[in-house]
Amino acid sequence: MTAASRQPSGAASYVNTHQIMVGPVRRKSLIALFALLPALVVFCAFWLLPFSRLIMMGAEADPSSGISAYLTILTHRQYLISLATTVGLSLVVSLVAVAIAGVAGFFLARQRFFGKSILVAILTFPLAFPGVVVGFLVIMLGGRQGALAQTSLWLFGERWMFAYSLAGLFIGYLYFSIPRVITTVMAACDNLDQSLEEAARSLGANTWQVIKDVIVPGIAPALLSTGAICFATSMGAFGTAFTLGTRLSILPLNIYGEFTNYANFAMAAALSVVLGVITWMALSLARRLAGGNLGASV
Amino acid sequence: MSSSVSITLNQCSRTFAGGNTALQPLDLQVHAGETLVLLGPSGCGKTTTLRIISGLESPDKGGQVQFGERDVTALPIEKRDVGMVFQNYALFPNMSVADNIAYGLKIQRLPRAEIAHRLDEVMRMVDLQGLGERRIDALSGGQKQRVALARAIAVRPKVLLFDEPLAALDAKLRDRLRIEIGQLLRELGTTAVYVTHDQDEAMALGDRIAVMQAGRIAQLGSPQEIYHQPANAFVADFIGAVNCLDVISTRANANGGLVVHGGELRASHLRGVSTVYCRPEDIQVVSVDQADVTGKVVQSIFLGQTQRLMVDTGGASPLQVEAPSRQRWPNGTAIGLALPSSVLFHPDKPTPPVNAKEMANG
Repeated sequence: MTAASRQPSGAASYVNTHQIMVGPVRRKSLIALFALLPALVVFCAFWLLPFSRLIMMGAEADPSSGISAYLTILTHRQYLISLATTVGLSLVVSLVAVAIAGVAGFFLARQRFFGKSILVAILTFPLAFPGVVVGFLVIMLGGRQGALAQTSLWLFGERWMFAYSLAGLFIGYLYFSIPRVITTVMAACDNLDQSLEEAARSLGANTWQVIKDVIVPGIAPALLSTGAICFATSMGAFGTAFTLGTRLSILPLNIYGEFTNYANFAMAAALSVVLGVITWMALSLARRLAGGNLGASV
Repeated sequence: MSSSVSITLNQCSRTFAGGNTALQPLDLQVHAGETLVLLGPSGCGKTTTLRIISGLESPDKGGQVQFGERDVTALPIEKRDVGMVFQNYALFPNMSVADNIAYGLKIQRLPRAEIAHRLDEVMRMVDLQGLGERRIDALSGGQKQRVALARAIAVRPKVLLFDEPLAALDAKLRDRLRIEIGQLLRELGTTAVYVTHDQDEAMALGDRIAVMQAGRIAQLGSPQEIYHQPANAFVADFIGAVNCLDVISTRANANGGLVVHGGELRASHLRGVSTVYCRPEDIQVVSVDQADVTGKVVQSIFLGQTQRLMVDTGGASPLQVEAPSRQRWPNGTAIGLALPSSVLFHPDKPTPPVNAKEMANG
């Protein structure tokens, strides 16, 4: 800069300044590279390396079928059913959770009543439980010695149970999905512009029309993103399913089984990759639909 | 357009949870076809009054709201047939301009041809032709408020309600939209209630103005009455600038001269008051020997078309005087001021007729 300012002519000084500016920029990017190096090393060691290994392992031959594990998943009924069950269950759980908790969250955001904060605290309490405990709770409700079995035994002389089936899994997943949706919906409702509802009402809209035209579109991004997160959590939930019984054929249990029982690493890896890809697609689809302002990351 | 309707509030008060009284029991009549402006500082109850008229809030027990002869106190806003314009526009972000404007018409289940016709009509009225397919977030602030206005008038409401509609716009745009809203209201002839804290807006738009203070109406009258005969010091101060001159003593002669700091005022109609009020623009700068009051310029504020002189006459606060913009009075200049009796007023005393000045002088 000092050399440049000594130049007598204005034009020359401009050119000089320009040339001098390039140097520090290059040096800066070099410094930035050095600063980023530890992060890059960590990224490669703990993300890139294991992940590429996982993907490649899934391409190896499955011992029973003799073809690539990915192809085995696509061609064998047992895996396809497991895949469909997991996706279907997660989808239904997400939809039901969003429907129930959406209404409840909206109600809680709008109403003031005695004990509201305690109620909200109780409703969000399940977030503190690991999946194993949720599974345990479901067994206590619908298991062999559960509340439902005891009651039905007393009333009709037979034990009614749902804990060890998909129904039990559904209840368990719903149990830990609802708190997430409620808190998200409450926050979204707090951010809704009240005057939009007032404007709609002034134009003659009744309560249902206001909900349909103003409130649901207003909280739609929140519903979408929280629904996607519910889906992702349900897809990967292991603890609850493991507690309820390993007979259930869902992906996380399949992965565990292939890995520990049969030492079929190729199939475990392939299933893991499929699980990850489906979940990631759901999250990124939700992010796109929600207008990009809500993260897909859990 | 629909025939206009009067609005009557009987003993409408509003107390919020926690015992905060936003509105003292209020009686108010808005004539059919009139534009009434509710003017006042924040927290004066003007918005609460508007919301009671709209049906968004209910008055406390005993209060009654009437549209014409009809008691609408128990009706919610969606049944009251009002059009409302909000400060933050309150446009539906998920709908296009046309869908926003046609929303109330669709709710009414009007035939498609009628909706198209009305849409066309109101978009022409507010000068939005060709913007029907635009997204709301692609509009400027002024355009947004036009859409809100079109949406409110499209349903041909009995009553139009405005809640500080121009407060979020910049000064130039505000002036333009103010004029347009005024024209529109005259054209429609719909009864309108307009809330603002901006006195210029109130003067320009109101057939009558209700100046509100601490949950009460301090004065209700035409813009001229409010400005020239303010009912109390608050109104005088809130509408425009006003000087308060303390009366030190009253001369015992027939002229009824009021001795104030810096001189003596002849104002027989103000006999007995302790404070005399006058507007900065009513005071003239004259030579010292012709002056009613003299003082020293302590500050001059250039305003463009005029300038505001602060003149210290020895009183508690300097007098504000509006003076021609091109002349210069450096600080410290001794200055003479003429305060003719016709421009002096006190809320408790009737304003003299126009020729009172001559009578007092003669």
